[in-house]
Amino acid sequence: MENKAKKRRGSVPAFRGLKAAFLDTVPVLTGYLVLGLGFGVIFRSHGYGVLYAAAMSIFVYAGSMQYVAIDMIRGGASLLAAALATLMVNARHLFYGISMVEPYQRVRHKPFLIFTLTDETYSLVSHRERVEAQEEPTRYCFFVSLLNYAYWISGSVIGAAIGAVLPFSTEGIDFALTALFLTIFTEQWLSAKKHAPAVIGVLCSVLALLLLGRDDFLLLAMALILLLLWLSGKREVERRG
Amino acid sequence: MDKLYVIAMIAVISLVTVLLRFLPFWIFGKKRTVPPFVAYLGRVLPPAAMGMLVVYCLRDLAPLSYPYGLPQLIACVAVVLLHVLWRNTLVSILGGTVTYMLLLQLVF
Repeated sequence: MENKAKKRRGSVPAFRGLKAAFLDTVPVLTGYLVLGLGFGVIFRSHGYGVLYAAAMSIFVYAGSMQYVAIDMIRGGASLLAAALATLMVNARHLFYGISMVEPYQRVRHKPFLIFTLTDETYSLVSHRERVEAQEEPTRYCFFVSLLNYAYWISGSVIGAAIGAVLPFSTEGIDFALTALFLTIFTEQWLSAKKHAPAVIGVLCSVLALLLLGRDDFLLLAMALILLLLWLSGKREVERRG
Repeated sequence: MDKLYVIAMIAVISLVTVLLRFLPFWIFGKKRTVPPFVAYLGRVLPPAAMGMLVVYCLRDLAPLSYPYGLPQLIACVAVVLLHVLWRNTLVSILGGTVTYMLLLQLVF
């Protein structure tokens, strides 16, 4: 007992959980650096330098919306149009919030953890088995959130500063993020007893995509998913509640 | 004028994004205990959301015209196979990404 306590004091407590968080965020590191770089380069090519790119990445921190924002700014869109577009593109964050309410009920740095809940951060911190296997789950979530945020800002600032993409071909490297989601999907599938939620997620999304097309399908997909999960879970909730 | 416009745009987009991220916590997180349905969603939404994100990433796949979405599909099969075999996240992601880049740059 005493030994253990000593050992703990010996390590650097402030950084505990950092190593696991770093290893798990390596795929995000590659994806965010390349996508952030691309964002910075394009934004600069329209006459907005490091400060603007940094401001956007620090205050918005939402990859696909930042690309949409460049087009809107260039086209002189109104503020109302920007607000509506953001509402559509980023509505999926409501989803993430709803499923993190309980895990994040009593955590330190809660506002920061909520603000940095991107697709990629969510995919890592919502993976309960992995998070709960950590020595300190909260610190792990904090470092995952912090590192991803740092990768994204760094990528976009570097892109805006040098104004050119890397000298070797990185075509296709953004697949790292698709692979990240698919890997976590597979891992959850392998460790889950019930597969209904995963199947519902895929089928509703494919159906919505076929009906509405690439730009507008997410809201319908989310509504269908919620409806089916509600129907299939009604009995379970009533029994527990 | 132009500067002010860009700053206002960034502010608006930031505000809406922050609102979307915080709203569920404001609505459901205030009470001491989370409503049962929200707790239930906390258990079943992550796999459903991950399925949705995979479809979202593949939304530009065009199965009817060359190269018929083959680079993505082959790389996705590689990711799943690698993960079933080794269950090592980094191996699956790295293997899938390298497969995709090679297919895109050398084959298709």
